[in-house]
Amino acid sequence: METLILLLVTGLGLGALYFLIASGLSLIYGLMGVLNFAHGSFLTFGGFAGMEIARRIGAETWPQFILAIIVGGAAGALFASLTELLLIRPLYLRHIEQALITVGLSLASVALMEGIWGADPIYVSGPAILSEVTEIAGARIPNDRFLLIFGAVAILVGMLAFLRYTRFGLIIRAGVENRSMVTALGIDVRTAFTLVFAIGGLAAGIGGVLASQYFGYVSPHIGGTLLIFAFIVTIIGGLGSLVGAAIAAAIVGVLQQLANFYLGGTGDLIVVILLAAVLLLRPTGLLGKRAH
Amino acid sequence: MERILSFIKRPSTLVSIGLIAVMALLPVLNISIPGILPGPTWSPGSLQLLALAMLIGSMALSYHLLLGVAGLLSFGHALYLAMGSYGLGILLRETNLQLLPAMVIVFAIALLAAFLLGFVSLQVTGIAFAMVTLAFAQAGSVLIRRNSQFTNGEEGLPLNIANVPDFLVGVFNTRNLYWVALIVMVLCFLAAAWVERSRAGHVVAAIRENELRVRVLGIKPLQPKLIAVTAAGVMAAVVGMVYLVLQSGTSPENISADLTLTILVIIVLGGVGSRWGAMIGGMVYVLLEQRLTAFARSPEIKELPEFLAIPLSEPLFILGTIFILVVLFLPGGFAGLGRRIVSGRKAKLKELS
Amino acid sequence: MSLLSVKNLHAKIAGQQVVEDVSFEVPESGVTAVLGRNGVGKSSTLKALLGLIERSGEVSFDGKPIQNLPTHKIIRLGIGYVPEDREIFAGLTVAENLRLAERDSKPNREMVEELFPDIYSRLSQRAGTLSGGQQQMVSLARALLNTNRLLIVDEPTKGLAPKIVTQVSEVLKKAAETVPILLVEQNLKVVKQLAGPCIVLEGGQVVHTGDSNELLDSEELTMKFLGVHGGGKETGVS
Ligand SMILES: Nc1ncnc2c1ncn2[C@@H]1O[C@H](COP(=O)(O)OP(=O)(O)OP(=O)(O)O)[C@@H](O)[C@H]1O
Ligand SMILES: [Mg+2]
Repeated sequence: METLILLLVTGLGLGALYFLIASGLSLIYGLMGVLNFAHGSFLTFGGFAGMEIARRIGAETWPQFILAIIVGGAAGALFASLTELLLIRPLYLRHIEQALITVGLSLASVALMEGIWGADPIYVSGPAILSEVTEIAGARIPNDRFLLIFGAVAILVGMLAFLRYTRFGLIIRAGVENRSMVTALGIDVRTAFTLVFAIGGLAAGIGGVLASQYFGYVSPHIGGTLLIFAFIVTIIGGLGSLVGAAIAAAIVGVLQQLANFYLGGTGDLIVVILLAAVLLLRPTGLLGKRAH
Repeated sequence: MERILSFIKRPSTLVSIGLIAVMALLPVLNISIPGILPGPTWSPGSLQLLALAMLIGSMALSYHLLLGVAGLLSFGHALYLAMGSYGLGILLRETNLQLLPAMVIVFAIALLAAFLLGFVSLQVTGIAFAMVTLAFAQAGSVLIRRNSQFTNGEEGLPLNIANVPDFLVGVFNTRNLYWVALIVMVLCFLAAAWVERSRAGHVVAAIRENELRVRVLGIKPLQPKLIAVTAAGVMAAVVGMVYLVLQSGTSPENISADLTLTILVIIVLGGVGSRWGAMIGGMVYVLLEQRLTAFARSPEIKELPEFLAIPLSEPLFILGTIFILVVLFLPGGFAGLGRRIVSGRKAKLKELS
Repeated sequence: MSLLSVKNLHAKIAGQQVVEDVSFEVPESGVTAVLGRNGVGKSSTLKALLGLIERSGEVSFDGKPIQNLPTHKIIRLGIGYVPEDREIFAGLTVAENLRLAERDSKPNREMVEELFPDIYSRLSQRAGTLSGGQQQMVSLARALLNTNRLLIVDEPTKGLAPKIVTQVSEVLKKAAETVPILLVEQNLKVVKQLAGPCIVLEGGQVVHTGDSNELLDSEELTMKFLGVHGGGKETGVS
């Protein structure tokens, strides 16, 4: 029982990381039809930016740690906005080329971060309470898992509120449905493009700081590893659906943990089988509307 | 018969046959290309490198069927290379099969796997297809890393030479492997051309341009796409098998997303849609890659100010940047550039005359 | 001088030429009709001049060339567009659909509410669940919320019950008092009620320009260009 609870919470924590990437991927794809292969780099960059703050002023107290999160998020958002403005926009509507250019960016940016910070993991620590455990029904659960889950839920709620209650959110929702009609109402939909990149980058950047707490280190490759599962989550959840991505992230994270423990380390495999099953039975994903 | 004759008489065919003949003769010639080949062309080191270059060229040809012909962006093509190399490696280690029958079995397995995985992943199109293929390759990579009793895990699987014919084993027989690689590349080129010109090839090309119009004609896009995907997978598996013998083993790197991305980079630099661009791009890439690494490590780079030295000492940074620039400013890659220069010159000649 | 002038307009959809060398003028007032059989390129012509599909040629609005402007800038010059098949945002509520369409700082909310009381009683309903007629009202309302200098309306009566057709026709008639309209319409009775000049397309090209009533009154011309017998007689509108 204790093990099960630990696995569930850990799975949700991992799912939270997947969601922090998948939410941006899904929004970007939903609005612009762009597959962003560089999204993992946004996370990694956020992680390094947070690490730099922690190294300079420390991250042991909550204000310091929150500052690290903010800076990580801002770094991710900045990186993402520049990507949209400089690389994606010139290739407007040419989806394959857009995907290709993000491939180039992910190669170049990972290499550059390796050049700056080295290929080896850099260990980080946060507020002491994160490395302690909380007992729930006998299960001793590391506190960082709760931070991850809280972070992802906060981002989900924030994004949904933004989409629901702001004019930009309205434009984004309408654009996901029918982009050309939005322009035909006299709205410059490209502003919304930059914005979804910025939002996606923000979530990924925050994810980077949180991931470095979960793994205990940052390295140039953490983003790339998480990205693959975020892709799977995006498809299972239904491209373009935030809530779908959240549900799928939770399912994938938990399933992976359970299978790794009870089925002899087959977590990754089970997830891919789940993906295949979803594709065959419901190609639009859990909450996706369109066939892609 | 007549068709074959007229095919042979075409100037491009003659040029190709000439090129193949030159390539075939390299192991008995004594040509040195300092800076690119480690020794004269007959030396095992050079032949090994050239053979590897041709295998990557073949791999690029197989990927050309996906992206160039069918317009399918796959992020998991390395899976089939690994299927060939690991499949053959495991069969040779675990069974008493001779090389050739083992290759036939792996070929059949790869055919089936490419067909089934293709069927599943083609349930989605476009960008989602890319994500799904990536996921499958990832699963393959996990299988290889986890099942080390068969695959030897992270250390890589060495080739068991007990049942490999003698003429393919040992440094002195590198030239034989070189010729095998040359044959594989020529076959891959012909196979790619054949698929491209077949009915399925025409249909997938039409789908790439406008799927709606093809659907309106009552043609189901799945079947021709599946043919292209299966052919590409099988070709990659064949390349993988020869790779195992050439490199005397294989390792999990050969299924990583990085390998697929490398092939993708080659195709884009060579020019999407160009068969020659893919093949030559693959070969040039292998030959230049070590140059790039040498350049990145060179003392001149180290002496530059830090903000230049850090990025320039990362080969992948340089490569990624070149890639981005080509996508942005050189659509059609280097093959397109070549075509434009040639046609520009022709136009000028016309103007003059 | 005409308000909108189109010269040698060409347009492609998915690599296929759908508008070939189309030229026409839209005057400063009244309703200008674009007529023609199904699939001749009427909608594509409208989309091309709004920049919604790849196009070339010269288009000027109020003397200003607009052929190189992006769609949203063309619209902001004061054009209201009511597309074929309504294209409302099915996942958004009626209120959100309307809010999104407001480009002016002072939108004509009262006027639109008066015209379409029905949809204003359903503001929080998801637009996708509205009936076809109600969806058309939303689509018209989106355009009329702003003060336009030109309305471009594509088959507003397509698939609607006779009573709603009349209602739409009346709305357009009222709008036409203050703003010129470029109208694609298959219902010849509606055309007859509203239109002045007309342009007839065939195979992506202009094959006839003239006065709508003259065209519709001539059995020979309607048969030739539209493939039906004389206008209004058989397309019953109450
Ligand atoms: N998305 C598309 N893909 C391919 N062809 C298209 C597309 N949209 C339109 N076409 C083609 O362009 C041509 C012109 O279409 P258009 O919609 O402009 O006709 P229309 O005159 O408005 O017809 P209708 O009266 O039926 O609305 C048609 O032959 C149509 O099949
Ligand atoms: Mg139409």
